[in-house]
Amino acid sequence: MTADLGVSIAPDVLLGLFEQMAVIRGTEKAAHDLFLAGLVKGTTHLAAGHEAVAVGASAALRPDDYVFATYRGHHHAMARGATPAECLGELMSKGTGLNKAKGGSMHLTKASASMLGSYAIVGAHLPIAAGAAWSARLRGTGQVAVAFFGDGATNIGAFHEALNLAAVWSLPVLFICENNLYMEYTPIGSVTAVEHPAADRAPAYRLPSQVIDGNDVVVVAQTVGLAAERARAGEGPTVIEAMTYRHFGHSRTDPATYRPDGELDEWLTRDPLDVARARLAGLGVPAEDVDAAARRAAATVADAVEAAKAAPGPDPAEAFRDVWQDGGAAWRT
Amino acid sequence: MADVITYREAVSEGIAREMRRDRSVVCLGEDIGAAGGVFKTTAGLFAEFGGERVWDTPISEQAIVGMAMGAAMTGIRPVAEIMFSDFLACCWDYLANEIPKMRYMTGGQVTVPLVVRTANGGGLGFGAQHSQSVENWALAVPGLKIVAPSNPSDVIGLMAAAIRSDDPVLFFEHKGLMASKGEAPPAEHLVPLGQAAVAREGGDVTVVALASTVPLALAAADRLAADGIGVEVIDLRCLVPLDMATVLASLGKTSRLLIVEENPYQGGWGGTVAAIVADEGFELLDAPVRRVASECVPLPFADALEDEVIPTTAKVIAALRTLLAY
Ligand SMILES: Cc1ncc(C[n+]2csc(CCOP(=O)(O)OP(=O)(O)O)c2C)c(N)n1
Ligand SMILES: [Mg+2]
Repeated sequence: MTADLGVSIAPDVLLGLFEQMAVIRGTEKAAHDLFLAGLVKGTTHLAAGHEAVAVGASAALRPDDYVFATYRGHHHAMARGATPAECLGELMSKGTGLNKAKGGSMHLTKASASMLGSYAIVGAHLPIAAGAAWSARLRGTGQVAVAFFGDGATNIGAFHEALNLAAVWSLPVLFICENNLYMEYTPIGSVTAVEHPAADRAPAYRLPSQVIDGNDVVVVAQTVGLAAERARAGEGPTVIEAMTYRHFGHSRTDPATYRPDGELDEWLTRDPLDVARARLAGLGVPAEDVDAAARRAAATVADAVEAAKAAPGPDPAEAFRDVWQDGGAAWRT
Repeated sequence: MADVITYREAVSEGIAREMRRDRSVVCLGEDIGAAGGVFKTTAGLFAEFGGERVWDTPISEQAIVGMAMGAAMTGIRPVAEIMFSDFLACCWDYLANEIPKMRYMTGGQVTVPLVVRTANGGGLGFGAQHSQSVENWALAVPGLKIVAPSNPSDVIGLMAAAIRSDDPVLFFEHKGLMASKGEAPPAEHLVPLGQAAVAREGGDVTVVALASTVPLALAAADRLAADGIGVEVIDLRCLVPLDMATVLASLGKTSRLLIVEENPYQGGWGGTVAAIVADEGFELLDAPVRRVASECVPLPFADALEDEVIPTTAKVIAALRTLLAY
């Protein structure tokens, strides 16, 4: 893995990133508890452990850069500005939910912040992100599009079609793999012929790639910043494979018994929040300031839980809105 | 432009008219650029608009339609070509799971104004993987508009409406109609989506048809006219929006309905039309609703076998005679 790239990050900026990660962690824990309390239905794929990928990347992007995520995408929605209350409202089927309670946990979208969706068909959004990058180029806006995806997505055709076409057309798109070592329950290593499922495939498309520590928000921000600069300069896509680990199971029903003893504990010693704390200490930020940020984050989450609980359910008429652009659902006369 | 135009020429003319009026209209697909497409339905576009508006892609159906979706979500109006409609199966995820659901499941945050064009249908002896009529695949998915024109003027008018639509449109161009000729419509010709045409008036029986089955129905109507029978032919033009008002109004006059469709009987669109008539037009009917559809087998190669399977004028005439004798 690449070490620190040597680009400095200001202490107050890093403290802000720490607080964002703490808000995401708190929201994911709240989602877990609300699920167990029966207040969240369906399923959830929590991103606790992956926070540094979303927050680090977002910090390196322009506000109008496009972000595409997977069903494990709460962290990306929040990193781009969706509030915890909007996200929890969506999970709890509330009319105030981010998607008006019509998407659920797997489809969080905040288009006003250029967060263009969370996709639940593995790999499908890589071509879509490439298309947004193509559009940015056609319109000459200088925007970059980013697709975040799991290690499992690297074995589906859409991954390969997207990388090839994005390379051939030199599109301003970043392909960022969150390699958490597992698909649902099966280790990626047992079904993939190369060690690094994303990075090792990139050379076949003549794309540059990097394997990085996905639990270090500074490393992520630096890597994504440089790749975005390349993309904006017309130099094409980059594949980034960020090594990370999910703290919960794959989805809400998964106790993750397939993980070897000690693996989770080992990764918890590299918790992205602790890595950021250590960096803050190294920059001379007093521990009290970091604790204060953690307390603010906890309060934000607690308020969000209360707001989401108190919010009304959706208007039943919403079931028949927004199939079409005219707002309706009529399919015949 | 000549007063008469082929269906094939109408496709590129329809696209060109929209590309001239809106810079955000951009085409992509396999061999659509300088080569003009395998059916020559994009001939002339590359020469007129250049490589920044007409893009040749690799053989990557998922990337073609997926990229069109991403571009449509961000300010472009892509017109994507899938060479044969059978190949829609290779990118069906985008047409079944992604494009039609995006607006709805984001609570109206995102729109996907794109057109996916594709050569559909049989009759040319291309065998089971290059001849299917698959418009019923799309009809199974709420959230897609479905267009299938039967003549050159409608190709241009419906192409204009499809490209200007802010909703996703699947546009079926029938392979068997490519060489057919018709009147070239005037500039600004536009046929709104969801308005069926009464292709021929008649008082004794209604035939509902789409794309290739419209000329079959018209030929059958000609033959029965010689016997003094008035056949009303309705060209649906679109499956979504489905213009049932025009169908039910015609039944108010004729009380007899034959549906002629090229997709298979099992799961074919005629089943939906028949169900609505049974629900809402039962009192209008004097006879059972009949359907002439493709037989429920893969399409065979030989002409003699293919004719056994897909609708023909003879089958339409036979069905009409049975229906009129009821
Ligand atoms: C095309 C497709 N196949 C299978 C699934 C079921 N599925 C959902 S998540 C998942 C595992 C994906 O693993 P990975 O890409 O590593 O992402 P992670 O869940 O680890 O973030 C599978 C198999 C799906 N949603 N889509
Ligand atoms: Mg994984």
